[in-house]
Amino acid sequence: MTVATHLEPTPAAPPRPPVEQPSTGTKLRWAVQDTLLMTRRNLLRYVRLPENLMGVTVQPIMFLVLFTYVLGGAIRVTTPDYVTYLLPGIIVQTMLFGAMITGFGLAQDQLSGLFERYRSLPMARSTVITGRLLADVIANIFVAALMIAVGVAMGFRFGGSVAESLAMPAVAILFALPISGFFAAVGLTVRSMEAMNTTFIVIFPLTFISSAFVPVESMPSWLQPIADANPFTIAVNAARALALGEDATGDLVRTGVWVTLLTVIAVPLAVRAYNRPR
Amino acid sequence: MPVPPGNSTDAAIVVRGLTKSYGKVAALRGVDLEVERGIVFGLLGPNGAGKTTLVRILTTLQPPSSGSASVAGFDVQRDAEALRRSIGLAGQFAAVDDQLTGLENLELVARFYHLPRVEARRRARSLIERFDLVEAGDRRAITYSGGMRRRLDLAAALVAEPEVLFLDEPTTGLDPRSRLDLWVAIEELARGGTTVLLTTQYLEEADRLASRIAVVDHGLVIAEGTASELKERVGGRVVAVQVVDAGQLDQTAAVLGRFGDNPHVDTAAHEVSVGVGQDAGVMAEVVRVLDNAGIAIADLAFRQPSLDDVFLSLTGRAAEDADFADVTAAIEGGTR
Ligand SMILES: Nc1ncnc2c1ncn2[C@@H]1O[C@H](COP(=O)(O)OP(=O)(O)OP(=O)(O)O)[C@@H](O)[C@H]1O
Ligand SMILES: [Mg+2]
Repeated sequence: MTVATHLEPTPAAPPRPPVEQPSTGTKLRWAVQDTLLMTRRNLLRYVRLPENLMGVTVQPIMFLVLFTYVLGGAIRVTTPDYVTYLLPGIIVQTMLFGAMITGFGLAQDQLSGLFERYRSLPMARSTVITGRLLADVIANIFVAALMIAVGVAMGFRFGGSVAESLAMPAVAILFALPISGFFAAVGLTVRSMEAMNTTFIVIFPLTFISSAFVPVESMPSWLQPIADANPFTIAVNAARALALGEDATGDLVRTGVWVTLLTVIAVPLAVRAYNRPR
Repeated sequence: MPVPPGNSTDAAIVVRGLTKSYGKVAALRGVDLEVERGIVFGLLGPNGAGKTTLVRILTTLQPPSSGSASVAGFDVQRDAEALRRSIGLAGQFAAVDDQLTGLENLELVARFYHLPRVEARRRARSLIERFDLVEAGDRRAITYSGGMRRRLDLAAALVAEPEVLFLDEPTTGLDPRSRLDLWVAIEELARGGTTVLLTTQYLEEADRLASRIAVVDHGLVIAEGTASELKERVGGRVVAVQVVDAGQLDQTAAVLGRFGDNPHVDTAAHEVSVGVGQDAGVMAEVVRVLDNAGIAIADLAFRQPSLDDVFLSLTGRAAEDADFADVTAAIEGGTR
């Protein structure tokens, strides 16, 4: 006797619950949460790979010590002593080096193929960048505090109010932020870590042709306009005025203009570099 | 009540006229596919066929050049973010965070799917167990072997229990036991209602896992169907002759050409194979003719066609006929 005349097709899989469509509020909460998660992940990498922070801790401290004790005596400055002149400048420089780490971190993640996973996850694509920037700002705060502590041990003293004293590293960190954006764009684009290293060649002279280490007036006359126009000089002057408790308004405004300008250029570059199909 | 976009069609994956070019290289040249919900679908093809390109487009990593595709009812271009909530991906190259431990890796991915922390942790634990990484769970991934990385990567793709799972050559670089474990895991997922699209170069893998298979070659789907449907294409059974003297391979092929079209020569295996009818009586004839031609036979088989044979009859080439560089790249990639 024939029980079944034809074979049933394999029974359909049990239906799954529909994927819920999140509200705008939920999406916003997720965006914040994702950025914080990414930040935490990046900070964890700092903790696990402390050598990544060598360039922005050991090296600037070495600069601070060498410049102050070896060259400081020969450099004529208007501040009470050379360490007071140098510290704000070297902090701004160090924050820029910190900005380079943004690029290195993103290049590493990109080249390791990790973004292949991140890009397939349901988070805003900008999370990779915002989480990176936030982690690097936090690292910069830590580094700035360390530099100030070393400076104070070497005789540096703030000349202004508490607010001005706090604003000194804040200006440095803020100024480094759009630079981080540029390095992010580079880091997301490079095809090798070696290529990333060349960015150092750009940033290094830029920080030296400035008022960070010596007064611009002591430079040859042909170099002075370049040093004066260097946005890095402007940020250093703002930070130094704040450290000394002098009027920083003009330099702060000009720094703000530069930060805005650089941000407007850097952010789209970085976002485009991340979204670039590869 | 309006039907939410995620459930508007029966198919989990719909691909229409999809093309993708990289400059002059046409990676996909008009792919049409439909993958039913809750099945394992195999995408089978040699190196450079376009498998990874298709997976990358379906997982929104890359836009198509033309055509359209949707996954779980979401368009890859218009609804990319919603789509990403419904999928899991284990790409061809393991994407894990070296400096995080195995558990941290999985937990982070789960959190990016917006699972609550406790649930994320619970799933991370259970997947670490399932993928046999318990001892390594608290170690940084940088200390993992290639196969362990691969397993961690696969676990990450599963952590959100996605509706559609994409696995690009998931077993490349796994040892035989891990491969078997993964097969079992994939079968379990499909039973639970997950749609799995997996690419592979291993014909036996597609045969074992996939209820439907699309054979991809040079950016086109050249055949689609169940494993047995594809085997029928070969027409009956296959006679395979292994010769003692490799110098006689061409001569053997010429002789076997009398029994079926396009005999295939496998130089490495000293083997010539050809599709023949269902009649086993042909074997006696084969032996007699080879003997008359003075060809010494090392081994002789009359067998069911494998997907290898299918590939041969479809393309005239063996699936493994890729250049050496590609093969090593695939091996290294899988275990990187
Ligand atoms: N980013 C790219 N730029 C240029 N060409 C590419 C790119 N990605 C893939 N291709 C080309 O597209 C074609 C298909 O590649 P794809 O990676 O999709 O193949 P596959 O089937 O996954 O191969 P395999 O089995 O080796 O992984 C190849 O010819 C490849 O060279
Ligand atoms: Mg591939």
